[in-house]
Amino acid sequence: MATNFGFSISKPRVIDVDTNNLKKSNEILAALPELQSCIGCGSCTASCTAGNLTSYNFRKVHTLVRRGEYAGAYEEMNKCMLCGKCRLLCPRGINTRRVVMLIKKCLGDF
Amino acid sequence: MRRSNWEDYQKSIADDHYYYGRSCIRQNFFPGSEKAFLEILAKELGRDIYDDPLHSSCTGIGYHSDIVPLDTIMAVVARQFALMDEAGYENFVTSCITSFGIYTEILSTWEEFPETEERAAKTLYEATGRKLVKPKNMAHTSDVIFHFRKQIAEKMCRPLINVTTGEPLRVVEHIGCHYAKIFPKKGIGGSEFPYVLAGMIESWGGEVVDYPERRHCCGFGFRNYLVQANRGYSVANSQKKLDSMAPYRPDFIVCNCPGCSMFLDKWQYTIAEMEGTTYGEGGQGIPVLTYEEMAGLVLGYDPWQLGMQMHQVDVEPLLNKMGVQYDPTTKYLGKNGKYIGKPAAAAVNNCNDVGLYEIKV
Amino acid sequence: MSKRVVVVGGGISGMQTALSLKSLGFEPLILEQSRQLGGKVADWHLLFPSFTPAEEVTVPLIRAVRQNGILVRLGCKVVSIESRRVILCSGERIDCDAVVLCSGSTLFDATIKEEYGYGIYDNVYTSADIEKMMNNECVATASGAAPERIAILHCVGSRDEKVCQRHCSKVCCITGVKQAIELKKLFPKAEIFNFYMDIRMFGPGYEELYRQAQIDYNIHFVRGRISEASPLMDGRVQIKAEDTLTGRPLRMSVDMLVLMIGMRANDDNAFLSSSSGAELAPNGFFKSRNSFVDNVLSTKDGIFLAGTVSSPKTIGQSLNEATTVAHRVAEYLNYGN
Repeated sequence: MATNFGFSISKPRVIDVDTNNLKKSNEILAALPELQSCIGCGSCTASCTAGNLTSYNFRKVHTLVRRGEYAGAYEEMNKCMLCGKCRLLCPRGINTRRVVMLIKKCLGDF
Repeated sequence: MRRSNWEDYQKSIADDHYYYGRSCIRQNFFPGSEKAFLEILAKELGRDIYDDPLHSSCTGIGYHSDIVPLDTIMAVVARQFALMDEAGYENFVTSCITSFGIYTEILSTWEEFPETEERAAKTLYEATGRKLVKPKNMAHTSDVIFHFRKQIAEKMCRPLINVTTGEPLRVVEHIGCHYAKIFPKKGIGGSEFPYVLAGMIESWGGEVVDYPERRHCCGFGFRNYLVQANRGYSVANSQKKLDSMAPYRPDFIVCNCPGCSMFLDKWQYTIAEMEGTTYGEGGQGIPVLTYEEMAGLVLGYDPWQLGMQMHQVDVEPLLNKMGVQYDPTTKYLGKNGKYIGKPAAAAVNNCNDVGLYEIKV
Repeated sequence: MSKRVVVVGGGISGMQTALSLKSLGFEPLILEQSRQLGGKVADWHLLFPSFTPAEEVTVPLIRAVRQNGILVRLGCKVVSIESRRVILCSGERIDCDAVVLCSGSTLFDATIKEEYGYGIYDNVYTSADIEKMMNNECVATASGAAPERIAILHCVGSRDEKVCQRHCSKVCCITGVKQAIELKKLFPKAEIFNFYMDIRMFGPGYEELYRQAQIDYNIHFVRGRISEASPLMDGRVQIKAEDTLTGRPLRMSVDMLVLMIGMRANDDNAFLSSSSGAELAPNGFFKSRNSFVDNVLSTKDGIFLAGTVSSPKTIGQSLNEATTVAHRVAEYLNYGN
């Protein structure tokens, strides 16, 4: 029945915390509470081996995951080379490699 | 809602002797509204208002679409003011929110940067020989109706009440962005809790519905809807509002901006046809009224004389709730009694399926 | 006869100033416009970062003021100040040898930030409201329920040119962290989101408390300022912000929205400044002679400043200034003039 008007209605890109299912996010935070202490300094992404060559942004991906935005997170985390440089730099002492592995483990289905 | 703070935002609205500035698009989409305004002012309220055939578009749509440069629009606006002065008026009222935004913005620019006023006056004189005289009072026509809301209430013959249930009608008000989002102090109630339409609704017996996306823009956006490829996010804004207001089951929407009333009305048709979603009762749309139409209905005017047959979303469900007597056979007859054609039946105007509208041409 | 020093304001700064002056041999007189001593701290519940009850600060000070026989006049509004004379709104003139302004600051009126609907929508509160609710042990939503999701918004009426408050109010960041923890303790199942522009944890133990809020209490911190609050059908509030660290707009409904209101300059500062000649800073607070060695001196001899009358401060900083100012008054009265 859909009439073609020559354009389609844009879908909202808002992060809707009400409709997002935070179950996986809560699981990840329960397993690694220190992830909450990220202050968004960007040291991880600045030094990231993968992030310098691809669109991979570790900080952004784990922040989105914490808000319940899981789509694509698993694929993004696959770009990580697990070199560990980010963990050396993190001023909050977050075990960043564990974050990568946790997100992959929890969100493999997404 | 406890709108305690609207009285902090008062502006002076002239009480009589208005020079009328029309809108470019309203006469197509809501053709009875401006006529109703003139009639209400002159006949119901006994006010002097001058509808000048010489005045032009303010060119606001062109300005906001990057076609008309600032100096040009200032000269056009200077001409409107010159015409007002020549006609012997000093209170400018405009029927359009875009124009209202343009006029207030330009008056303010002239105040802040007097050299721009000099330039506009010079251009005007060189081009037309006219002299720029600024208005003493500048208001939107919804301000004027707000100003007279109590006098209208005294003459009211059909309050905004559901005649079957006796309950107040639930009304969503939508204010055009350029009414108060440019200069909050130039709008009654400011930009967050505008009271200009809410005041009318409350004075005439209705109930204002507040809903989460009340303050969101309708998505008109000038260059956005003008380009077909951009319309997707223009309509998405109206959709966001409709999604948000629908659970409150409003009886109708009232707007004070030409673009908003057009979009909230016509996009309901588009959304229904594209995605199959409707927002009103019984799978129909939510009627969208202009404040003049609302005032006209309250004062007992005939809905077809008010031009309500030109709406995309059928208004009959609302007319029935208000107990308005109307003749379906005259819906699609123009002013001269000639058949004006009717839209094909669609989800938001399925009243046409009823044989009542089949008139002999 | 010992010299008389008028202390304007009977909050913690005023009381400490008076006590220090007394111990240095002067005769302080506290003029307080309300009917009681203690100022704003008296309305607070627990104090950051140690969760110390506010009364552990106010009660000993009030007791000491009484025990030391310090003259206190309540319900006295000062309308004019000169360096050796104070005039009350009753018209009464009080002669003195110096004046210390400890008249504090004013909490920002959250109704001015109309977009948050404070005073219009249910379930929108200020940080001061939460303190009162905690004191009365009645923290709950408007319908009396336990909140399941709470948003705390930092910088309401601070760092905001739109409301003519460009300064940082200093204490709201840590108050937001403190209240988030207190609310989490009260409602362990609730999700709490703090929305901030910057988190400024300048004091001892503050950064530690912030980390504790994040790690031990699972408080979510979203970098982005709430742009608008709207009512939902069920009385909750919908908020919109940008999650700036992901670059996406964010929306959620909350059972309570708590606004961290800032400190602004008292309206009275304008006429106290014009009568005394002590200058104001552009933000309306009294201007210190300089930020370093003379920070408790106004720009006018004989008029001194202590506490938040000159800028937003913590309790500890205000009390330090109160002690310092007494010594500077002593220097001025003993050797100066």
